[in-house]
Amino acid sequence: MEVPELGFFALVRYAWRQLTSMRTALILLMLMGIAAIPGSLIPQRITNAIAVRDFFATNPELAKWYDRFSLFDVYGSPWFSAIYILLFISLIGCVLPRTVEHYKAMRAQPPATPKNLSRLEHHQEFSGGDKSLERAQDWFKAHRFRVRVEGESISAEKGFLRETGNLLFHLSLILILVGVSFGSLFGMRGEAIVSTGERFINVATSYDTLSFGKLTGENSLSPFEIRLDKFVGEYDPKTNAPKDYTAWVTVTDNGTTYKKVLKVNEPLTFGNTRVYLQANGYSPVVTVRDSQGNVALQGPIPFLPQDGNLRSIGAIKVPDAEPQIGFVGSFVPTNARTTGQGAISIFPELLDPKLLFSIWKGDLGLDSGVPQSVYRIDTTKLEKVGLGSVKPGETFTYPEGSITLETVVPWINLQIVEDPGKSYALIGGIVAVLGLLSSLYGRRRRIWIRVQGERVEVAGLAKNSAPGLEVEIQKFVSAIRGEK
Amino acid sequence: MQTTWAYVSNYFVYSAMAVFTISFIAHAFETAFAVRAPEIADSTDGNLLTKTLDYKRTEKTARIATAMMILGFILLLAGVITRGISAKHVPWGNMYEFSITGALAFTGAYLAALRKYDLRWLGLFVSISVLLTLGTAITLLYRNSAPLVPALKSTWLVIHVIAAIISGGVFLLANVVAAAYLYLERVEKRGARPLWLQRVPSLEVLDQLSYRLVAFVFPLWTFAVIAGAIWAESAWGRYWGWDPKETWAFITWVAYAAYLHARVTVGWRGRRAAWLCIFAGSTFLFNYVYVNVWGTGKHTYSGL
Repeated sequence: MEVPELGFFALVRYAWRQLTSMRTALILLMLMGIAAIPGSLIPQRITNAIAVRDFFATNPELAKWYDRFSLFDVYGSPWFSAIYILLFISLIGCVLPRTVEHYKAMRAQPPATPKNLSRLEHHQEFSGGDKSLERAQDWFKAHRFRVRVEGESISAEKGFLRETGNLLFHLSLILILVGVSFGSLFGMRGEAIVSTGERFINVATSYDTLSFGKLTGENSLSPFEIRLDKFVGEYDPKTNAPKDYTAWVTVTDNGTTYKKVLKVNEPLTFGNTRVYLQANGYSPVVTVRDSQGNVALQGPIPFLPQDGNLRSIGAIKVPDAEPQIGFVGSFVPTNARTTGQGAISIFPELLDPKLLFSIWKGDLGLDSGVPQSVYRIDTTKLEKVGLGSVKPGETFTYPEGSITLETVVPWINLQIVEDPGKSYALIGGIVAVLGLLSSLYGRRRRIWIRVQGERVEVAGLAKNSAPGLEVEIQKFVSAIRGEK
Repeated sequence: MQTTWAYVSNYFVYSAMAVFTISFIAHAFETAFAVRAPEIADSTDGNLLTKTLDYKRTEKTARIATAMMILGFILLLAGVITRGISAKHVPWGNMYEFSITGALAFTGAYLAALRKYDLRWLGLFVSISVLLTLGTAITLLYRNSAPLVPALKSTWLVIHVIAAIISGGVFLLANVVAAAYLYLERVEKRGARPLWLQRVPSLEVLDQLSYRLVAFVFPLWTFAVIAGAIWAESAWGRYWGWDPKETWAFITWVAYAAYLHARVTVGWRGRRAAWLCIFAGSTFLFNYVYVNVWGTGKHTYSGL
């Protein structure tokens, strides 16, 4: 390609033309498809942060290089963003002028009837009466053609919906992009575990994880409270697969309190904020006493499920005991005897629950300021006291005190999401489908008729060689001839 | 009761396979026997001995082949419906159920297109691929009929999956036509078509046909993706999360969008367009096979 010597503005204009050309748009479109591929083959931080961490552990050198090219964050990476931003600029540069042009064309009259109709497609000649032109006009009107009458000829055109749909479709893609960016700038997403009987209050400190969009913060959290009254997980007795999860909650919002049922596909809605039932597990409710019998800890402790039968691990930390006590535990809802080490669960419901633990004493390190997992205890600086297990109602006693398993209650993981952009994306999606339908099924065509005395000439032209014009012209001719 | 219906469903699927086999044989028979050897009388005056095509001879077989295809479709439809009754949900909770419904959609797309175009030359291919799909499904992918996991309990399962399956059926049909185009183009380069290929329509018709199929179903695929997004919003708390299945659905969408633009705006025809069509179709297949079997993510349920 020859690039002529150009001044600055001419160069800008040249670059703009290149960017908005169809060829560039097509290349960008294909590039975007290809660029999306690595994100489905390499683990992504947004979908599977644990897999990314494992990748770093097993292939540190490769992971470093992957990270350098944002391959763990493909969809937020500079190169992926560059492609779609260029694509959208190209799209806008292409669609806006076409919209103006289309608007003008819609208001303009159809072009004049060509001089020589016999050269065109679907040409027909026959002798008709003097009413031919009148009948033609009626037919065009009945079939909602736009017409241009010039003495002895009529030029008629139909099918502007095709281009309208096409433009609407491309404009709706811009609306979807706006919705997506709006949601990521002003949205919020967080998770919180709530045991049965506990209350979730929508403030930042209630969350286990919480992230805000770039242009929003804690003040945007809408004030509501959710109390988990009851949760039931039903499982198939043959396959152990979950059948149904139902949570009964009491909601307090704007001073009113009401009962609600929360299910997997049925989130609660508070304005732009929605609350989802995301996961569930069991919390053993324990009472830990010191050697004098004073209660050092009491309440439900969420344990983290490890498999489909909800064998769970967790940690019970008792900083108020003297010395500090920690239990490294595992919980099984339906206990089964094993020959090897550890407990296994053979069914996810509470048929024969059992809590197994090792007991440790020493400084739990809770005041060190280093964040630690609530499900784990670093036992390297602790002293082991013993091993034990309890079923509901049982108490296990050790030299420094005792632990009682009062009962076991389910917990649920709430996902709380605020996305103020999603309604734009949804409208964009609906318009996109409608626009596509009319642009792919719409047919733009012209029909001409000229009457000179007895001689009637008809011809037509279909854009994009759309089918069906021949049949339509046949009907048109029958109408002019007065045939039914 | 549940298991009884599942058995009934299996019998229907097996019968459908038997009937598709008959259809396959009839199609093969038709393709082979329409070629007529020259009769002695024709060659007495020293003319070259040439074979000719005579589809009148095999018209009956062709009709049997299509009739069997329709019967197979009905039996498979019954199999899919009874599978749904046995599981008490729409029959696409696992890959076995997707496969039998997909085979149904593919046969349906072929039969629907047959009403408009004479596609019987494709019948041989359609019947063999349906047989292979059903065979793989019932031997490798079979799972006992089971209730749905909670995440799948939604009206959107019906809407989203049916749109995706129908789109898939038509995309694959377009792929077959594009592949036929590429093959015939190579054959024609070397000379005239052999007799048994003469019934296949001209290259222009094939080219146009694969485009029509894609253009027809692209809005439905768009809808399938959007319906999936709406469902994801209510089930997982986000409408788009770059889950592998979503990513590949997006790639398929982009690939077909590129194909449509290449044809309509840039004017690609023939070989290049056919290759792009096949590429786009392969992304769909890849999504179906790879992501379901080896992939991780939110679209993998209950062991296939």
